[in-house]
Amino acid sequence: MKGKKAENIKIVKKLSYTSLSIISFFVIILAWCGLTYGGILDKIFLPTPSSVIMATVNMVNDGTLASNIWSSTYRVLVGWALSAILALPIGMLMACSKTFNAIIQPVIEFVRYLPVVALVPLTLLYLGIGEGQKYTIIFLGTFFQLVLMVADTVSSVDKNLLNAARTLGASPYQRYKLVLFPASLPGLMDSFRVTMGWAWTYLVVAEMVAANSGLGYVILKSQRFLATDKIFSGLILIGLIGLFTDLIFRAITKIVVPWHERLGD
Amino acid sequence: MKRKTKLEVKGVNKIFTSHTGQEVHALKDINLVVKEKEFAVIVGPSGCGKSTLLNIVGGLEKATSGTIEVDANKVFEPGADRGMVFQGYSLFPWLTVKENVEFGLKIKGFSAAGREKISTKYIDIVGLNGFEKSLPKTLSGGMKQRVAIARTLANEPSLLLMDEPFGALDAQTRVVMQELLVSISQKTQTTVLFITHDIDEALLLGNKIYVMSRRPGCITEVIDVEFEGTRGHNVLVLPEFMEMKKKIMDMLWQDSTDAANGK
Repeated sequence: MKGKKAENIKIVKKLSYTSLSIISFFVIILAWCGLTYGGILDKIFLPTPSSVIMATVNMVNDGTLASNIWSSTYRVLVGWALSAILALPIGMLMACSKTFNAIIQPVIEFVRYLPVVALVPLTLLYLGIGEGQKYTIIFLGTFFQLVLMVADTVSSVDKNLLNAARTLGASPYQRYKLVLFPASLPGLMDSFRVTMGWAWTYLVVAEMVAANSGLGYVILKSQRFLATDKIFSGLILIGLIGLFTDLIFRAITKIVVPWHERLGD
Repeated sequence: MKRKTKLEVKGVNKIFTSHTGQEVHALKDINLVVKEKEFAVIVGPSGCGKSTLLNIVGGLEKATSGTIEVDANKVFEPGADRGMVFQGYSLFPWLTVKENVEFGLKIKGFSAAGREKISTKYIDIVGLNGFEKSLPKTLSGGMKQRVAIARTLANEPSLLLMDEPFGALDAQTRVVMQELLVSISQKTQTTVLFITHDIDEALLLGNKIYVMSRRPGCITEVIDVEFEGTRGHNVLVLPEFMEMKKKIMDMLWQDSTDAANGK
């Protein structure tokens, strides 16, 4: 049966993909063990896997792990959500109106290059030391890229689809709602997923000043004591949570845009 | 039999100006008349401006001068009265076959039951029963084009504009689609303006053939194809068809030799 064979090939491909990923992950862990237990690198530069696990377990035991994870995740989500809520309409408007684009794009392109780290003192000055300042840092790190990605996605929609809609009698509003938006969804979902990843990289910057919780705060505090095992623990946790949000986004994308064809399919 | 005029193209010119200021005269003084229920075909070499002309009739582009009149009313913008079928199908990939076909009806505000009645009819006419819930990505080229045709016809336009709709299909599928189109146009009695560079296709489908020259495109000849009865591919070998084919080929050949000689 042709269908069954295609199904089987798909399963085999997926298994080999997953096993390759697992194998590569294991190779890295093996290398890590070799470098540390084998005495090649000093404990200060590279902590042993067991000391990192111990550091994590300690955080679980004194109850700080859960609250730190939650503080950080909440900050990333809120900062990113603010970006997304603003970037979506502004990006779409930039793609649809040449006038608006001419006014706004130069400003965005300029601010995009400003290093967010350098903006921290300004945010403290304007917003104080509360959570708002933290959300703003994450926002500043993601909004300017996201709005351009949205504008790009929307303006790349196949013009023929819009033409077809016109010849079927669609008004401009109907074209935006029924064609432009659904056609942009795959690109938009992708942009959201990628920028969510970037949001995580700004966490440490957000928790750099006047934070008393969060994984970034843990890393920065551990730096002062050269507690490299705790630093690694914090980094790995950030990486894992970031990876987890990425996987969730991929799953949501499959549900929201099941019709999209990718090159690899 | 005196038939009403459905489409009149009057003195249409199209000049493109590039950003360097260079002017390209794509269409020169195009005049043509398509009567109700007629199947008119424009045949011409690639680049002669036939797609541009169709886009102007469909309202997707504006003529530099001249007018387009449908049922004696001037038209400038695209509208549901002039349905278009393109070479690239342009199906909405997020909608199923049924939803694609019902798109124009949904816009007009038909109820779900009303839409279903019409879409079922046209999905049946194009022979896609059973594929209502399929997504375009699972369909072959020929099937996609059938959906595109059904989608346009479901809107019941007074004029059907087709821009080399079978150009992207393989030879066998093209033959099947041409015969399908002949039967559809007879069944639905729609007025059609069809563009192609394929002379056989023009002779098979059209009852009036406009031959277009190379750029600047103008109509050099109008041929009436008088043939009673259904045309299958066997008609192409009949003497009268061979004669018409030779005539058109000679014209297009002359045109390209003139081009080569810089006339």
